[in-house]
Amino acid sequence: MPPFWIMIVILGAAVLGYALGRGRAVRAVSGNTRLLHSRPNYYGWNVALLTAVPSLALLLAGVLAQPVIGGEDRAPSNGGVFAGVVLVVALAGMALALTRTTPAFRARNVVERVIRGMLILCSLIAIATTVGIVLSLVFESLNFFRLYPWQDFFFGTEWTPSFGGGSELGILPLLWGTLYISVIALLVAVPVGLFAAIYMSEYASKRVRSIVKPAIEVLAGIPTIVYGLFALVTVGPLIRDWLAQPMGLGNSASSVMTAGLVMGMMLIPFVSSLSDDIINAVPQSLRDGSLALGSTPSETIRQVVLPAALPGIVGAVLLAASRAIGETMIVVMGAGAMARISPNPFEAMTTITVKIVGQLTGDNDFASPETLVAFALGLTLFVITLGLNVFALYIVRKYREQYE
Amino acid sequence: MTDATSNLPRPVPGAGPQPKSLLTVDARTRRRNAAEKRFRAYGILAIAAAMLALAFLLFTILRDGSSAFFQTYARIPMTIEASVVDPKGNRDPAEMAKTLTTSYNRILQDSLADFIKTNGIAVEGLDDDDLAGFFSGQARADMRWAVLADPSLVGQVIDVPVLTSSRVDGMFKGRVTRESAALDGKTSVAQFDLAMALADSGHLKTRFNWDFITGTDSSDTRPESAGLGVAIIGSAYMMLIVLVLALPIGVATSIYLEEFAPKNRLTDIIEVNISNLAAVPSIVFGILGLAAFINVVGLPRSAPVVGGLVLTLMTLPTIIIATRAALRAVPPSIRDAALGVGASRMQTVFHHVLPLAMPGILTGTIIGLAQALGETAPLMLIGMVAFVTTYPSAPPQGLFDPASALPVQVFNWTQRADPAFFERASGAIIVLLAFMLAMNLLAIFLRRRFERRW
Repeated sequence: MPPFWIMIVILGAAVLGYALGRGRAVRAVSGNTRLLHSRPNYYGWNVALLTAVPSLALLLAGVLAQPVIGGEDRAPSNGGVFAGVVLVVALAGMALALTRTTPAFRARNVVERVIRGMLILCSLIAIATTVGIVLSLVFESLNFFRLYPWQDFFFGTEWTPSFGGGSELGILPLLWGTLYISVIALLVAVPVGLFAAIYMSEYASKRVRSIVKPAIEVLAGIPTIVYGLFALVTVGPLIRDWLAQPMGLGNSASSVMTAGLVMGMMLIPFVSSLSDDIINAVPQSLRDGSLALGSTPSETIRQVVLPAALPGIVGAVLLAASRAIGETMIVVMGAGAMARISPNPFEAMTTITVKIVGQLTGDNDFASPETLVAFALGLTLFVITLGLNVFALYIVRKYREQYE
Repeated sequence: MTDATSNLPRPVPGAGPQPKSLLTVDARTRRRNAAEKRFRAYGILAIAAAMLALAFLLFTILRDGSSAFFQTYARIPMTIEASVVDPKGNRDPAEMAKTLTTSYNRILQDSLADFIKTNGIAVEGLDDDDLAGFFSGQARADMRWAVLADPSLVGQVIDVPVLTSSRVDGMFKGRVTRESAALDGKTSVAQFDLAMALADSGHLKTRFNWDFITGTDSSDTRPESAGLGVAIIGSAYMMLIVLVLALPIGVATSIYLEEFAPKNRLTDIIEVNISNLAAVPSIVFGILGLAAFINVVGLPRSAPVVGGLVLTLMTLPTIIIATRAALRAVPPSIRDAALGVGASRMQTVFHHVLPLAMPGILTGTIIGLAQALGETAPLMLIGMVAFVTTYPSAPPQGLFDPASALPVQVFNWTQRADPAFFERASGAIIVLLAFMLAMNLLAIFLRRRFERRW
């Protein structure tokens, strides 16, 4: 793989440049380094950076531009020319830096400015990622809406994609499944997580806390694929055999209830650790005041601590909801693939994320609405979760300021 | 205060309807105490529910998956008939290669039939299908490769462990019983009895299955030979990319934001961006990978390099948040002292602050890596679900070869029809969890060993 070897060569040249630059600076003052403006290492670094940075940037640009200008079968002579240009740039950089290496040269200032520039560049990657996400979603979504009317997408109640044409691609059944599963998940996670957090922060001894808190956090560290398998192999059949069939409500192992319960289990640590932080942030003086008036601890919690922590807890629940809406593996394996709007929680339904996976896995034809709809679904998902997050963070921040 | 208390019955000694004493508990206090107890019980119940759910989850995974690490092999003498594998009789590997894998089934079947006859094992209703289906489809392929690699084996009797079929294997793992064998089209009661007879005479043994960890994935009909090798290598490559890219970029970003950034619009935008990226659903990163890295840049599908890049972008916020916390934990006095003796700000950060924050940074990085290791959804969109049976080559070229990933392999196996694959999926999860446990223990060790309290 030539670009990789070019990179190795450039890095080798940079190491050589470091040695040369450092040596040149030291020799220029015949060993008395106190006469240099900067410490000798900086002269070395200066040469190394000027050797490697421009040439590596050029190399990266070339590699990225390769499919745009040359395609897969770019002529080897071109590749050779490109490699030559990159190496010449590296050597030119080294030569330029070496000629500038004089005792009065402010090497440290230059090196520090370059490093600072690289730090800023790295921190811009976060912005670039967001921009990349938004661009890729919006761009392909626009392509989709050119092929399929947006009214039918946002207000359609049928989801019957067929690659032969004549698909109905309404988002409402998917949205219904997503919200239904999320609500069940929150009904499991919020009471359990909240009570666990209350018990741990208000009642538990230090020893119990030191055991229980990490154990609950283990739940958060388990990958979602494990929960997915658990839903598919264990929880789904259990619910079918013990709840759905005896009550005559369904025969499907994958159901809204299965996915909701398992997802709720996954969200418990999320709710409990966030609520724990928020409850701990309520000042002790409020509790002391309430206890001094003769309230029992539970009355203090219900009537003083929880109302004070309420905005934060609402924020935590919203964050958990955004997690639930964006969760993929549990619903792919636990909820089924049937797009329908039904109030029965023991029936298989499907979600936005399941359909994104379904439409984009395998071979894709990026000119058909059946593939492109995944991007419109992704955009909807992104907007919903982003909105929830921004709102939740706003609530949490606003609340925190009250006491700090 | 007087307003509030005036409503309450004022205890007048000896005159009230019910004498009040601290020593006798009245009904209201009893009710309040009961409520207190109930409230406490809810808390304990919630914690118990969470713990039970965790225990049940881990229990079922271990119960279903541990058997994947063991596999049943038959050890009976195999006669490599020259008439089957080398019909021309000239021992020329090129000629012998024309003999297809299915022909080797004859050898396995005949050897088993001979063995039954010579050892006098009596099994009722045993037919040719039972004998032919006794061994894995992989066994005949392995034997063909062994013979082609060493033509001198032709005509000899070899004694090597031979992989049995998943149904025979299931008989020793409780998956296949004598009753279920009668209903199963792929096995029979006679095959069950034969397996038990061979096990009694010690010719059928279940032993640790290294192939499960090192082998490649296999087709739908051979669950007994499916392994995790390609998935483990794929995951390892991706972790390598995440480590090489996310750690420096994350640390650089954190250093800039914590130590140098002025308070301005740009810094605000970066900060908001990072906290939002941390909450973007992982599948959206998969869409980004598909649209940007595969469609625009033109990187190959199913390649670890694309997976690594996507996971890098996903892991960055985690690493940045952990690194910033670690940098913030270094007390300002360290910075003041360094600046005081004439160090530049850059020198202060790189010579003093960063080394002191390193344990925290590494802990955060390892936890971020563990998260990335378990991530499935984005990898499915960039084609890592593909069926890959060849190992990727060594990096850097191997980063562009098709590979699988541990969590995606789990998903892949759950989509197969044969129930033997569910055992494999649970086994793969045990491997995944073992890796994650090891990483988390390393993180805890680093924190315990190097953490400093100021």
